[in-house]
Amino acid sequence: MSTFDKIPETKEEAFLEVLLRLADDRLIHGHRLSEWCGHGPELEEDLALANVALDMIGHAASLYSYAAQLEGKPDEDYYAYFRDDIDFKNIALVELPKGDFAFTILRQFLFSAFSFFNYRELIKTVKDEQFNGMLQKHFKEIKYHLRHSREWVLRLGDGTEESHRRIQEAIDEIWMYTGEFFHLDDIDKAAISFNLYTDTSAFKKEWESLVFGTFEEATLQKPDNDQYMFEGARSGRHTEYLGPLLAQMQFLRRSHPEAEWK
Amino acid sequence: MVVTTKHTIDEIWSYLEEVIDPEIPVLNVVEMGIVRDVEWKKDECIVKITPTYSGCPAMNAIENEIRKKLAEKGVHSFQVLTDFKESWTTDWMTDHAKQKLKEYGIAPPEEKVDSEDFLLNLIGSQKIVPCPYCDSMETVLQSEFGSTACKSQYYCNECEQPFEHFKCI
Repeated sequence: MSTFDKIPETKEEAFLEVLLRLADDRLIHGHRLSEWCGHGPELEEDLALANVALDMIGHAASLYSYAAQLEGKPDEDYYAYFRDDIDFKNIALVELPKGDFAFTILRQFLFSAFSFFNYRELIKTVKDEQFNGMLQKHFKEIKYHLRHSREWVLRLGDGTEESHRRIQEAIDEIWMYTGEFFHLDDIDKAAISFNLYTDTSAFKKEWESLVFGTFEEATLQKPDNDQYMFEGARSGRHTEYLGPLLAQMQFLRRSHPEAEWK
Repeated sequence: MVVTTKHTIDEIWSYLEEVIDPEIPVLNVVEMGIVRDVEWKKDECIVKITPTYSGCPAMNAIENEIRKKLAEKGVHSFQVLTDFKESWTTDWMTDHAKQKLKEYGIAPPEEKVDSEDFLLNLIGSQKIVPCPYCDSMETVLQSEFGSTACKSQYYCNECEQPFEHFKCI
């Protein structure tokens, strides 16, 4: 199924969309985190970011494997390595360059907080046993990511003048990309009608209260919530940053499509 | 005519007990709770395993070790399937396994934290993990993420040893 706004007509098509949207967010975010490996500000943090990257790529792999079973594709690698940018369904937030440590941490915090509420609701909604089991597994790990990134937001915001300035700049820069968390397009609505996805706007207030509460505690200014919000990445209208990321991530696999790990 | 004797389910479990977790070499994959089910479907043995952590790079190694072990024991027809139906929890580790972890120098996981309280617990106190060497409670968390996905880093102020804690999930 090609992406550009084709509305799923059957439950099977909608299910595939849900799996791939969740998985693409996690693969691309995981890849951005993996760029920190060997570059973390301190050893513990280098390990932590690499660990979170592994978790997120692992989440993507399990979801892709399931999608591959349903769609009759060979395996999870098909989705990661053999699709072009226009076919990726991730939100733009996760594809933005890794930036400085404050930017990476803030993005992790906003995404993990969103994932926490989204998964909490999805676990109640999804009937499929295997998919639900995966969600429960990811949910446990998302909690670790949320706690970790939240503590760093506090430390950076309420830290030195420089750390405060950097994370405040990150908030102002990232905010326009948070709209996609709560923007429901026709594909989401179709998935909701099949009981395969949840109305994310239902927990927007809870998310804001956790995020703004943390900002306040970290002595950070709330962003302008009425600003222009980016949207469209889920249906293939990405920022200019996704292409180069995929080029780097996919190059080797595409050069040697028949290669196998021995 | 080729006569094949079918290995019993109990025998298969005992073979799997010989497969050691590559990252925690004192525990086998059965004690870890990674093997969820063993059954014969006609002439094929189905072994269901579940990952500990989603990003655990040892899972592929574990699956390969299981294949090798079964082949070595003469089980010719089998499938190793990854099952997500129930998500792995440290509660599946036996007390005996936890004791072995402690003796190995890894603080074992304790009782599971109730997820409903997570948002409340997000703000506030850290749990205390006793030192596996000297049992002191004077320990501090250094990082939630350690040398493997399943462990966090602690430091004991009493015996001045760094140690790992098997995270509780």
